[in-house]
Amino acid sequence: MSQLEVRNLGLSYGDCYVFEDLNLAIPKGKITVFIGSNGCGKSTLVRSISRLLKPQRGSVILDGADISGMKTKHLARKLSILPQGPAAPEGLTVLQLVKQGRYPYQSWLRQWSREDDAAVKKALLSTGMDSFVDRTVDSLSGGQRQRAWIAMTLAQETPVILLDEPTTYLDMAHQIEVLDLLYRLNAEEHRTIVMVLHDINLACRYADNVVAICSGKIEAQGRPEDIIEAKLIESVFSMECRIIPDPFYGTPLCIPLSKARDGAPSLLSLRNEKEKAAY
Amino acid sequence: MSKLKTIRSGRFGVSLLLDKRTVRISTLLFVLCAGLIVISTALGSRYIAPVSVVKALVGMADPADQLIVEKLRLPRIIIGLLVGASLAVSGAILQGIIRNPLASPDVAGITEGASFGAVLFIFVFMDTVSIHWMPIAAILGAFAVTALLYLLAWKKGVSPLRLVLIGIGISAAVKSISYMLIISGPLQLAERSLTFMTGSIYGASWDKDVITLLPWVAVLLPIAWLQARKVNIQMLGDDVAGSAGARVQKGRLLLLMLSVSLAGSAVAIGGAISFIGLMAPHMARKLTGPSFGNVLPVSALLGAIILVGADLIARTAFLPRDVPAGVFTAAIGAPFFMFLLYRSRDRF
Repeated sequence: MSQLEVRNLGLSYGDCYVFEDLNLAIPKGKITVFIGSNGCGKSTLVRSISRLLKPQRGSVILDGADISGMKTKHLARKLSILPQGPAAPEGLTVLQLVKQGRYPYQSWLRQWSREDDAAVKKALLSTGMDSFVDRTVDSLSGGQRQRAWIAMTLAQETPVILLDEPTTYLDMAHQIEVLDLLYRLNAEEHRTIVMVLHDINLACRYADNVVAICSGKIEAQGRPEDIIEAKLIESVFSMECRIIPDPFYGTPLCIPLSKARDGAPSLLSLRNEKEKAAY
Repeated sequence: MSKLKTIRSGRFGVSLLLDKRTVRISTLLFVLCAGLIVISTALGSRYIAPVSVVKALVGMADPADQLIVEKLRLPRIIIGLLVGASLAVSGAILQGIIRNPLASPDVAGITEGASFGAVLFIFVFMDTVSIHWMPIAAILGAFAVTALLYLLAWKKGVSPLRLVLIGIGISAAVKSISYMLIISGPLQLAERSLTFMTGSIYGASWDKDVITLLPWVAVLLPIAWLQARKVNIQMLGDDVAGSAGARVQKGRLLLLMLSVSLAGSAVAIGGAISFIGLMAPHMARKLTGPSFGNVLPVSALLGAIILVGADLIARTAFLPRDVPAGVFTAAIGAPFFMFLLYRSRDRF
């Protein structure tokens, strides 16, 4: 079952095509992760799906309707996007930030309804930011800050949430903190989550559905266990690697091969025959 | 959440959120402002005791005091309040949509546009048309320059950075044209123009100035307050604003128009008083944080206090000379601007 569909998408900057004819279906209530090398168009795709960019051709269908014709506030009640590296004005408190997630539900007469209040409280609770409401966003740690932004997105109460590289600039502990939060939200509230991640291993661990993008085309899509193979990673990232099952989670684990360093002698059998001959 | 007071009426579907701290600060500033009004009315070439000032305010002082208070000092103070508040709120809106604490109507070219309109009027129509039309010329100037700014900054929408950079350029260009007019014209017109370009509320009157400016302020300030959500969402950046369901470009144009109307009308009456639009919103943010619903009332009150205070010094410190108030706002404002630049040196 798909809730979000991209049909024949074509988008270019000037003469340079990012996508020519891209088709994609995003399953409902699942976590979908876009992976691909820098500049492959995954951010552009996320931005097109959320209408921050207007594609020249094709359409994005949300619940059976083309998003290009939707009213801005209507779309904002169905789909939200957390862009890459958002910045809050100096001195803004967490509560003031999260409250603004209610924008699509408000008007100049209806500035703060009971529903607004409830949604903000819920968003603060589920992100664990309820004890930080009066802290300013700029005084938080990277992980807390990202959780505050996610809380704002949650307050928007949309069934679909897109996140463009939500873990960039975060250290590993904070990356896990943010991804755990999103995983839990998906499991408990069944929201459809679509995000761009750089780390293939984290993508495999958290995603139900991985979309591998290479120069504006979809190379593969499916469960990470089904599609992540050395060949795919090689063609998408132009990087030699070995894939083994994660000893703890069982999801595919990608081990990039270094050109400079040899592997441990006892594991050399993992390298293929041709390379062995070269050593 | 106990710091916020919610006002709701289920019957009309109306709801509203007030920040208690802002209410407290605003009340304090309001009292301060009222005190300043009394002091400012009392002081001048003739001292009037505060008791008589209060009497005069209700129309019960002796005739000489009554005349000075009613005809001379009070209209000037009221104009100071209105002009100061308008400039401050105009600056607060601009700093919000440009997302830069250094933005202000005098930096973005709005003030210069209004000055240019007024100077052009002084040189071209002074002999043929009544001076009462000068504010109209100033407002037209402000809007014309803003239209040009918008046009030049447009590139598939207007980005805050382009807006401020082109604004600085236009501001300098328009100012130089104004000076060219002044240099090439007769002396008495030059003097008048220069006073306008410094900013002075000398000789403000009820029937000419207060009546002209009051409706603008009375209409525009509440409108601005109702747009608070739009300013707030713009401050989070175009992408976040778009995601939250704001029409970013339309909102930006609307808010810019609001800012121009406020600054344009204020400059039309008070002349190109500088730095209030920069200082007041900045101080307001320091007091209440960046949320626009809080910044607006506080910066309006601060703007009013700064201008009335500056004008009080300007007309009493060098008696019998009456120095333009703009000299004093610049005297406080310029170092303040340098300080802001210094503090934000790591950001750019």
